[in-house]
Amino acid sequence: MLAKLQQLQTKVTFASLYKFYDSAAKAIALPCVGIVMFIFIWQITASNIVTSLGQFPGPGDVWNQSKVLVTEHYQEREKAQVFYERQEVRNSKKLANNPEAVVKIRQYTGQATYFDKIVTSLYTVAFGFLIATLVAIPLGIACGLSDKIYRAVNPIIQVFKPVSPLAWLPLVTIVVSATYTSSDPYFEKAFVTSAVTVALCCLWPTVVNTIVGVASIDRDLIDVSRVLRLSTLTHIKSIVIPSALPLIFTGLRLSLATGWMVLIAAEMLAQNPGLGKFIWDEFQNGSSSSLSRIMVAVITIGIIGFILDHLMLMIQKRFSWNKQATLR
Amino acid sequence: MQNRYLEISQVSIDFPTDGEPYRALQNVTMSIQKGEFISLIGHSGCGKSTVLNIIAGLHQATEGGIILEGREVNEPGPDRAVVFQNHALLPWLTVYKNVELAVKSVFKGTKTKAEIGAWVEHNLELVNMTHALHKLPGEISGGMKQRVGIARCLAMQPKVLLMDEPFGALDALTRAHLQDSLMEIQAQLGSTVVMITHDVDEAVLLSDRIVMMSNGPAASIGEILHVDLERPRNRVALAEDADFNAYRQQVLRFLYEKQKHPATTAA
Repeated sequence: MLAKLQQLQTKVTFASLYKFYDSAAKAIALPCVGIVMFIFIWQITASNIVTSLGQFPGPGDVWNQSKVLVTEHYQEREKAQVFYERQEVRNSKKLANNPEAVVKIRQYTGQATYFDKIVTSLYTVAFGFLIATLVAIPLGIACGLSDKIYRAVNPIIQVFKPVSPLAWLPLVTIVVSATYTSSDPYFEKAFVTSAVTVALCCLWPTVVNTIVGVASIDRDLIDVSRVLRLSTLTHIKSIVIPSALPLIFTGLRLSLATGWMVLIAAEMLAQNPGLGKFIWDEFQNGSSSSLSRIMVAVITIGIIGFILDHLMLMIQKRFSWNKQATLR
Repeated sequence: MQNRYLEISQVSIDFPTDGEPYRALQNVTMSIQKGEFISLIGHSGCGKSTVLNIIAGLHQATEGGIILEGREVNEPGPDRAVVFQNHALLPWLTVYKNVELAVKSVFKGTKTKAEIGAWVEHNLELVNMTHALHKLPGEISGGMKQRVGIARCLAMQPKVLLMDEPFGALDALTRAHLQDSLMEIQAQLGSTVVMITHDVDEAVLLSDRIVMMSNGPAASIGEILHVDLERPRNRVALAEDADFNAYRQQVLRFLYEKQKHPATTAA
């Protein structure tokens, strides 16, 4: 009896151990295998490509170059620090000699580092995405609620949806130059151009998904709303938006991913000092390290895109009323 | 018929199709008294739900109309509350908030905040759901959801309570429980109820009158059966009651003998 029980126990632990091993393998080991294989193939392929700028960078070169970018960042920050300290000393001396003296405090105007460029890119995409969202969700709700509005707007959506950002950009650039003419602009023109281009391109997934979400509300819930004679505003607030929220979020995630892709192209051409411009400058520069530096940017763009998508997923989970639903 | 509380007057309805419009109901006429419990029974597709939806104002009759307390009604409103077959609770609101939404929209301006809260709880108490006030519909059973659906309707203080197969999706035991609850509540509040059902026992047990509908197209009222059983009714005692079984038999005979061949009996 006891022996049997013991046997059973070992069996159970073995099973649970296997289960643990299995899940660990799926969660950690398999992705690692994939990455290692990718790096291996990359190395092999890179060593066989010779360009006008020398050997195509392998994983090692790219890793070294990313460290260089980090070092450059700290050096630049140090320079700024030194500049401000010098200014401080100079000003206090001046004041010591003559308390009436007017001291000037100047901003340090050094180069934007790689991390500054990442921040600029994030800021730009956030701005464009925000504009797009503010337009897309109300438009989508209006189209989803009213068949007439949908029929009127749908052709326009279908025609503008597939337009490439590169087609919009010249128009946006010229329009922004013509209309955004403040003498002391709060935003750079390049920033506005890039953000507007992002907005124009990442509008559509949210619009389309919101329409589908709103149009597919449970008939019974609409009948409940009619029986209760809810006002249009209450109807939208308490029935339409919660119903459509999962699809609205699907749209927002697609929009953000699109926006992030569009941003890089827009920054290249509009010369907004973000990651896109970084790649363009390196391309024009054509030094022996350029290819590696561009490759660092490529990987950075990918990782940031991945993080942005996960951020949206977390927000979606936070706002979702259906905690059982699996979101991916 | 001295007391005409709710009148369904020569109602016909056509549904548009690709060709000729499809006439689903033809000349449905009936008067319902205040406090009466009416069941609509008939085969699938005979237009029971359509009758209910027309009373609710969710569908518009092509001919004829609905008169409630001497006034014609042709759009939905809280005076004709509907209990849906699949509860139709908002899944993102708690039990309490679901009822509160209805109370707030019906009694806006006439009840204070405290009164609204008390009224919501009172109605949930009627259906014995006070233990789950802050649960989401997804976290309670099907029977409980239907209870909340009923509470939401009662809370509107409707003139007529319309129920579209309210217990159709529930298992037999839960259904019996809810039928008993409904009988108690109706006795207590004197509600006027129009209920659609497929279940012959349910119809006989709950109703004052059973309206048996003929098959479509152009469905109409076939027969009306008065159920003269004393209230309160007890399902166990009635199971062996001769009258109860006679009523049951009449409904069964209508459904399975007279209306057996939809094509030949259609008017």
